[in-house]
Amino acid sequence: MIRSYKNNIKGILIEGLTLSSALLIIAIVVVMVTVIVIGGKDQLSWEFLTSFPEDGMTKGGIFPAIYGTALLVILMSIAAVPFGTITAIYLTEYAKENSVIAKTIRFAVRTLAVIPSIIYGLFGLGFFIKFVGTQMDNTFMGGELKWGQPNILWASLTMALLTLPVVIVSVEEALKTVPNDLRAASLALGATKWQTIRKVVIPGSISGIMTGTILAVSRGAGEVAPILFTGVAYYVATLPASLSDQFMVLGYHIYVMTTQSANVDQTMPIQFGTTLVLLMLTFILNISAIVLRYRIRKKKSN
Amino acid sequence: MTKKTKKEKRPEPSNSGLIDITRKKFRWSDYLAEKVIKGTAFLSITIIVLIFVFVFRESVPIFSSAKPVEKTETSAGAQPEQETYGEVTDKQVDPEVQETYGEVTDQPAAPEVQETYGEVTDNSEESGSTDESYTVSAGSGHDDNQTALKSLLTKDWVPVSEKPRYGILALIVGTFKITFISILFAAPLAILAALYTASFASRRVKEIIKPTIELLAGFPSVVIGFFALMVLASFLQDVFHYDTRLNSFVGGIAMGIAAIPIIFTITEDALTAVPKSFYEASLALGASKWQTAFFVILPAATPGIFAAVLLGIGRVFGETMIALMATGNAAQMGLNPFESVRTLAATIGAEMAEVVFGDTHYNVLFLIGSLLFIFTFVINAIAEFYVKGKLMKRIQGK
Repeated sequence: MIRSYKNNIKGILIEGLTLSSALLIIAIVVVMVTVIVIGGKDQLSWEFLTSFPEDGMTKGGIFPAIYGTALLVILMSIAAVPFGTITAIYLTEYAKENSVIAKTIRFAVRTLAVIPSIIYGLFGLGFFIKFVGTQMDNTFMGGELKWGQPNILWASLTMALLTLPVVIVSVEEALKTVPNDLRAASLALGATKWQTIRKVVIPGSISGIMTGTILAVSRGAGEVAPILFTGVAYYVATLPASLSDQFMVLGYHIYVMTTQSANVDQTMPIQFGTTLVLLMLTFILNISAIVLRYRIRKKKSN
Repeated sequence: MTKKTKKEKRPEPSNSGLIDITRKKFRWSDYLAEKVIKGTAFLSITIIVLIFVFVFRESVPIFSSAKPVEKTETSAGAQPEQETYGEVTDKQVDPEVQETYGEVTDQPAAPEVQETYGEVTDNSEESGSTDESYTVSAGSGHDDNQTALKSLLTKDWVPVSEKPRYGILALIVGTFKITFISILFAAPLAILAALYTASFASRRVKEIIKPTIELLAGFPSVVIGFFALMVLASFLQDVFHYDTRLNSFVGGIAMGIAAIPIIFTITEDALTAVPKSFYEASLALGASKWQTAFFVILPAATPGIFAAVLLGIGRVFGETMIALMATGNAAQMGLNPFESVRTLAATIGAEMAEVVFGDTHYNVLFLIGSLLFIFTFVINAIAEFYVKGKLMKRIQGK
């Protein structure tokens, strides 16, 4: 017998070590979720979700933050999803797999995915606000300050840049699941390439585009660093009504409440409540994305 | 037929009336569509270039201090800032920092400090251009930018005072310290867990582990920061009995949690990419399952694991919200893991909203941003090209 008894014990130990690492990671996730759920569940109520902060943010709800987050991710998706989808279409339908252009674009996309989010914030400040915004003010507003300052438009565009790679990667994966036979059949029937893409490829990968959008929204809802100085506000009394308004966001609300509020202990329930809301939001989005992606992969393997 | 219609983008003399109708009408839209799609695809490259240009552009004024307008703005803006600064870092302002703040004797960048930190090549470059711009504008009176440049390689980060000093050494040391701690925590855990998932786990267990990791990847960093600040910090203090509640250890562990999904996912991909024949050959030679996993699969995937760790480092290095919330935010040089630190990214996050545009402080923050950008760019490039090439070679058995 080659496998000795000693070896067997070693094997069990090593397998146990790897297993316990996996279990530890799961435990970390479970503990984090449990702590936040227990801390925040009493706070969660309809009033909390639908009312404004009161008494210098020590009481009341978080409605403006929820509204701001929703607005931010909607504007962000409008910018990120079309561009991301088109880039993915180029990469799968037009570009040759190993051409220099395709490789460069792929490298750029992956680089975009790893650039720290705070750099996007700096870029949003330097490019959108200081460059584009100031130019717009000079041309349209006669030098009056309107666009050359932080607002929800610049924040959403900054966030769109951050989530662009998320969209590109998931749409690309979905486009690849459309069988080549379908493309060939469409072309054989006399359709042009663009017609084929429009009528065959895109409808066949709609769930992938949805997955990309959901993942992007989930990412955008949770990120705070890129919008720290491109549009988010500590407190605004009114909901943002135009693109040049500042807004509140759940993530930033948590950050401000925990680090800069006068009485951290007093606002503790609100902090936990807000965190729970944000966590639930990203969870629901992520789980639906996971389910969708699982379905796409299943379709691919069939 | 298929081939023929595929080529239809090229104008060619038609021979059948039926195809002609569709062709004539749509060739333009086809052509336009392709151009538009191609143009859009270049957007991601354009964005990278733009980020490069614009982040650097805002940090350039430090090196060329020929901007008299901004000088006046600076002196106007620096004073009222003092009050807001105290608010931002409120409890975090460490007594030690204030001490050094008092004993100001404007020491220029000590050469021996630079030596111990030789690995950051960018700094030596900066110090080179420091001298240059210093001599160029020696008489022009913009001493603000000059002192900023001179103090860049010191360890005092006191951006808001009568005599602002922008020594980023403490910030760099703090960032590396926290990166080290978090990778030390996250990498073994994630790699071992990935090895378990790839080699030992049954299909059912896999279906628990993988979605859990995906969920963890979806955790907003501000939520992890909140958890670290509220729960983890107190818990670790109870276990290890240190003095400062928020320190680089707590921050490092929290960032490690954020880095685990990245390291895990890429490692797992690398492990499953190892050809089945390796596994079968090893088993056929009489090795057991764990021997195969440890001595065959794991070594074969090392380049991929290396890439995973690199990308984990990149993630931690630029992490802002966790750093802001859980590290204590005091710029200190010490190597004790239980001391508060201030990272590069957290410095940008905490101070950018308070500075006056065009101020020296503003430019220095952009310079820090450029450093972060270069660092993550290089890390990604290494992970992308070097590692991938090596992995392919190894798997193909060359």
